Amino acid sequence: MQPEVIIVRLGEVMLKGRNRGRFVRTVHAQIADLLGAMPRIGWKQEFGRLYLELNGERYEEAARQLDKVFGIVSYSPAWKAPLDLEAIQETGLMVMKRVEPAPATFKVSSRRANKRFPLDSQQISYEVGGYILERMSGLTVDVRHPEAELRVDMRQEEVYLYTEVAAGNGGYPIGSNGRAMLMLSGGIDSPVAGWMAMRRGLEIEAVHFHSYPYTSDRAKDKVIELTKTLTQYGGPLKLHLVGFTDIQTRMLEAVRENIRITVMRRIMMRITEKLAHRRKALGIVTGENLGQVASQTLPSLHAIGQVATLPILRPLITLDKQEIIRWAEKIGTYETSILPYEDCCTIFVPKSPTTNPNMAVVERAEQAMPWLDEAIEEAVAKTETIEVYWKQRDTLDRFF
Amino acid sequence: MLYLDSCATTPVHPDVAAVIHEVMGTFYGNPSSIHRLGLEAEQLVTKARRVLADALGVRPGEIVFTSGGTESNNLAIKGAVNANRARGRHLITSAVEHASVYEAFRQLEDEGFHVTYLPVDETGAVRVEDVEKALTDETILVSLMHVNNEVGRIQPIEEVGRLLGARPKVLFHVDAIQSIGKLPVRLSEWGIDLLSGSAHKLEGPKGAGLLYVREGVRLTPLFSGGGQEHGYRSGTENVPLIVGMAKAIRMAMDAQPDNRRKLEQLRAGLVSRLSEMPDVQVSGSGRPEEMAPHLVHFTCPGMKSEVIVHALEQAGIFISTRSACASGESSPSRVLLAMGMDKERAASGLRVSYTASRTAGELARFADELAAVLAKLSPMRPAGAGRSVLQPEGGSAS
Repeated sequence: MQPEVIIVRLGEVMLKGRNRGRFVRTVHAQIADLLGAMPRIGWKQEFGRLYLELNGERYEEAARQLDKVFGIVSYSPAWKAPLDLEAIQETGLMVMKRVEPAPATFKVSSRRANKRFPLDSQQISYEVGGYILERMSGLTVDVRHPEAELRVDMRQEEVYLYTEVAAGNGGYPIGSNGRAMLMLSGGIDSPVAGWMAMRRGLEIEAVHFHSYPYTSDRAKDKVIELTKTLTQYGGPLKLHLVGFTDIQTRMLEAVRENIRITVMRRIMMRITEKLAHRRKALGIVTGENLGQVASQTLPSLHAIGQVATLPILRPLITLDKQEIIRWAEKIGTYETSILPYEDCCTIFVPKSPTTNPNMAVVERAEQAMPWLDEAIEEAVAKTETIEVYWKQRDTLDRFF
Repeated sequence: MLYLDSCATTPVHPDVAAVIHEVMGTFYGNPSSIHRLGLEAEQLVTKARRVLADALGVRPGEIVFTSGGTESNNLAIKGAVNANRARGRHLITSAVEHASVYEAFRQLEDEGFHVTYLPVDETGAVRVEDVEKALTDETILVSLMHVNNEVGRIQPIEEVGRLLGARPKVLFHVDAIQSIGKLPVRLSEWGIDLLSGSAHKLEGPKGAGLLYVREGVRLTPLFSGGGQEHGYRSGTENVPLIVGMAKAIRMAMDAQPDNRRKLEQLRAGLVSRLSEMPDVQVSGSGRPEEMAPHLVHFTCPGMKSEVIVHALEQAGIFISTRSACASGESSPSRVLLAMGMDKERAASGLRVSYTASRTAGELARFADELAAVLAKLSPMRPAGAGRSVLQPEGGSAS
């Protein structure tokens, strides 16, 4: 039998302070948005909690959607019983029998919001526990470390029973920590970095550099796809597409091959910071990860980071590649990220980039490009900004 | 005209046909071309994959497009066996599978694999205990259909999936060609590794099918070529039919819960009419929950089923025999024999199958016409043939 209700618990941090109302509304709106395809679900709100009545919608699908919401601490699939001890006992037994693997020990904890019910919470636990003990052989009570804990949540009109408490995404509601720009390539790392930044409550705007015709429409399409996936976790997102062809081709002559990546990334950082100022963002998020490739050694990170005045957030900095891949799979960006389209960083890549860029050489190279500041301004001015959202329908969607 | 052969195929839904037509004319690029026309064609295929993945509750990367159910079954079975032949040489299927599964296993037998063809009970169901008993350390694949195309019996896929869950070496293939859009299909919950589907059974186009390949499962492709479909199915993607299939399957699955109730009512009505006819025996289980709701199979022992089909055709009603016609003579159905019917009864099978757009009135009209046809043909039966109260008959439904 499918669960009848999902009990959703919101994060404690959201429940204090001046912005409480706004944060709760953000989370509620996001849940409503994600559950939009399941119209039968009914809502009941309570302080810090949300009761989603499934009314026949599938629990697994609803849970899959809840797993995308930041600000949910945990949730539980639950069953309903009327305010009647016998019914509560029967439902409790049914819920206990569903637990897999079958537990050897259990306890019952009750919570009674309805004080008119003749039994108090202790008595309810005792009556329900006793009923189950008689009917499930091999089961014993352990109040300290039970393998299963049956919770009886008695409310004004009905009773909810459950054993499972699934961890939510945690984090803070989107926007609760301000806005930052995400440098989004088409790779595995940057979407994960964006997701992690979003989980800390940052509102993200993505910046992507393309070098048409050296990079293709498919590369752009891929980035839009990745951005779309991220919007499932935080609502509509702005994607800034920066044309980088001009700078990149002119740079080829002026900059020695081995420091080209360093200089290129410094220019990208400058452009991103200018876009950040425009958009009133106060940070730059990157997918950089210590020591993965030559541009991500500590000296390289130092050389690149110097040009920015805003804080650079690098959520992945100490993760292992395998951990990043696991996150990408969980978030749903992995399959898109591994599609083999060249991006700005993968073309013009030198055979042997330096792992220890000499700052003096880098600065001299940049000074040898007197046109650079103007080209940066132009790239910023010509940046194309598009709004991306997973619910958006494009011209091809009408066929389905 | 009353078309009651929708398990054979269905007319293409007008909306699906319109989409196919437009895509065919406008988005003719090759998805592998790197220019914009190629990109658009590729985007259509990508969207179709996502639509189907969402409908089936799986990942887009787990959907492989094929030319239809037969190819999906062949790719699943031969592909899985060839990729895993080093792990064992024993395969399990049932005696009542569709020819595209059954003959694939026959071919593998010729190649030296050992195949167990599980028996079925008189309702057409495989027993989970038999699957368990047949498993050996050499077993690498179990292939079962979800709904039997001839009789409509629902197989215990969930229970078999649970059994095989404890045996990671054994892959589980399910032929769901007759069940997608008709019954709930829960791939991950049921522990399915490979699942075949087809478009033209649910108002989609012929020539389009799909195979679900669970992530981590390896297949040897049937075709060598350009490596399309994650390498599992080379050949330029049939973009218009893929889009049409996605639309048709999505529509069918969206409507499935409502349609199922309608179909169950239609089936109950028809079964009750057929049960009143003295010359007719309804096949399968008498428990409606064990039978697919969109078809009814019955036998008229002693009568030639093709004669009944043609007689009904004169009244504008189209149904199906499922017995192969060999040299003008009815030969008994392999599936019905496996259900324990005698040769005579197994050669007299008829199948009525319908979509949810049929009405109880239409099925009643069919029943009336059938009764009339049977009354006309009954005296022509050979002496001693057919229904006898003394004849032991397993499996006749209520």
